[in-house]
Amino acid sequence: MRHIISILVENEAGALSRISNMFSARGYNIESLTVAPTEDASMSRMTVVSVGSDEIIEKITKQLNKLVEVVKVVDLSEAEHIERELMLIKVRAGVKEREDVKRMADIFRGRVIDVSDSTYTIELTGDGAKLDAFIQALDQSTILETVRTGASGIGRGNRILRV
Amino acid sequence: MDRIKTEELSGAEIVIRCLQAEGVDVVFGYPGGAVLWIYDELFKQDKVRHVLVRHEQGAAHAADGYSRSSHKVGVCLVTSGPGLTNAVTGIATAYMDSIPMVIISGQVPTHAIGEDAFQECDTVGITRPCVKHNFLVRDVKDLAMTMKKAFHIATTGRPGPVLVDIPKDITVNKCEFVYPETVSMRSYNPVKKGHAGQIKKAVQLLLEAERPMIYSGGGVVLSNSSAQLIELVKRTGFPITNTLMGLGAYPATDEQFLGMLGMHGTYEANMAMQHCDVLIAIGARFDDRVIGNPAHFAQNPRKIIHIDIDPSSISKRVKVDVPIVGNIPDVLDDFLKLIKESKTKNIASWWKQIGEWRGKDCLKYDRKSKIIKPQFVLEKLYEVTGGDAFITSDVGQHQMWAAQFYKFEKPRRWINSGGLGTMGFGLPAAMGAQMANPGATVACVTGESSIQMCLQELSTCKQYRLPIKIINLNNKYMGMVRQWQQFFHGNRYSESYMDALPDFVKLAEGYGHSGLLIDKPADVEPALRETFKRKKDLVFLDFLTDQAENVYPMIPGGKGITEMILSEDL
Repeated sequence: MRHIISILVENEAGALSRISNMFSARGYNIESLTVAPTEDASMSRMTVVSVGSDEIIEKITKQLNKLVEVVKVVDLSEAEHIERELMLIKVRAGVKEREDVKRMADIFRGRVIDVSDSTYTIELTGDGAKLDAFIQALDQSTILETVRTGASGIGRGNRILRV
Repeated sequence: MDRIKTEELSGAEIVIRCLQAEGVDVVFGYPGGAVLWIYDELFKQDKVRHVLVRHEQGAAHAADGYSRSSHKVGVCLVTSGPGLTNAVTGIATAYMDSIPMVIISGQVPTHAIGEDAFQECDTVGITRPCVKHNFLVRDVKDLAMTMKKAFHIATTGRPGPVLVDIPKDITVNKCEFVYPETVSMRSYNPVKKGHAGQIKKAVQLLLEAERPMIYSGGGVVLSNSSAQLIELVKRTGFPITNTLMGLGAYPATDEQFLGMLGMHGTYEANMAMQHCDVLIAIGARFDDRVIGNPAHFAQNPRKIIHIDIDPSSISKRVKVDVPIVGNIPDVLDDFLKLIKESKTKNIASWWKQIGEWRGKDCLKYDRKSKIIKPQFVLEKLYEVTGGDAFITSDVGQHQMWAAQFYKFEKPRRWINSGGLGTMGFGLPAAMGAQMANPGATVACVTGESSIQMCLQELSTCKQYRLPIKIINLNNKYMGMVRQWQQFFHGNRYSESYMDALPDFVKLAEGYGHSGLLIDKPADVEPALRETFKRKKDLVFLDFLTDQAENVYPMIPGGKGITEMILSEDL
């Protein structure tokens, strides 16, 4: 099963490698990983998407908690949560394709953020499935480049992860 | 308001002051370019002694043996690059067995980091997977707090080695020095007390047990809770087994002790593990050498209680019913309070069953042999030392025989590399044990293959007059490798025979010690008696033992805990 794990970690050099090392050393899988400082600059928030049985995910959270720099760990998928991912996608958009691409971006609530003679760069946010669907919806031969951030997640309502 | 008087010190001075403040009396190390300023400060004081090893692996093992035999933090000091990489085996050894150690490594100057400088390596990166935590000090102002944190992290929670990497310029830079009295880290707060509700549930299970079993490991030794464990065993009347790492936590000569369990554990201990109805695991981790195949272990239904300070050890290989996360002595104190008021069931029929298993006499060997049997040497070693020596070992057959035949009565007397299984551990670990326990009897049980892995430390033993007794069980084979090849590889002894062995007696003499070759069973005891009378000398006893002897019982890799090969089966 796919799990989305949120981690609060001291914003120190090497903290990221400590976490990614743990995954590779113990053979756990990482689908995606995002990290950036929080409102408190001394701390970073990391979101890891991993696939594994409940038992494996429990082992992962225990091993994460064991790392000295990790402050808190939550398996967001245990309860209601929201996840979003950002994609930047560059597509060929010559005179012929322009209109189609723009229309498709509108349907998916994407925004064209850069334009050249022959290309559009579109920004699109959503869960992973929505981004996949957008890629599928485009004429495959027009796709020049994609870059995705991996999922970030947050609990719904009063479910808060902080110190 | 009083102003606290502070002084400007160099980083090197700060390192030494921190060690003094932590009460460190011995540091094991080897100098080099990046740590020259630290060595300079060591030279100028006399509170912290330095033991100069001959190879950095020896420094790490010696600090480890020092800690295991004393419950103090082992400290080692190495230079950057190869100094550190040489120490990695020792650090990983300590990590696998949760030994509290602080490793101080020199690093190239801050401005040179990342430029492939001479003797540079990514120390923090290389050691990350085999330390509890590590630090690179980037500012001399952080040095004292980092040292404080290192000792704090090494000794609290599940202990382990912590490394502090100090660039050379940091050892020169100056700042005000105040050693922090306390340390608080929001990301690191190990639990102490166990959950009261869980403890109640566990005690209830114990009281209802008809076939109870106590299984304790290295955690009991590390947390100094042998007294509480003995009290629990005595008050309940339950049988107990110890893991390889847990030997000595419960006196081996006591009737309720079933011996060690696991791959080379006793028949009775392994059978009781499989057939009990309530199992309480204390500071042990159900590893592959202990319960074998977890699926086989799960075939028999039983309730499992697991006490451990590290939540990640619980339900890792075996699903447990009542997990209790906490410091073992605290948790056992709570157990004892509750058990005092209630009575356990009559388990006479369980003891009768265990008695039948014991009847197998699974450790029997040929006592009439004309060739020296290794088991015989260990029995005599036990007798001659009165069971009171510090015994270190290397890894292999001799290690298992020592665990089986030396009856450890006290914790911290049995010092071996259980987790990583590091050949070469024994001699430097014995140096550490001897430094921590001057005047005590220290013996290193080893084999002709293991001893050659850190042999150079014989020189250190001479320099510091460490009167270690080396018990070399010499069968000219990497015995355990040979045994596996005999059992599982059709007697193809691929590269496990050692030709051209040195003359160990002359070798010992070359290092300024004395040695003795023993090749007849009748000479074993007299040689040991003579040797242990020599309180001031290192003596190397080279016993020529039966080349074909195997360790029994044995659970083949991947098999269940009751699928033992016994000596009588062959």
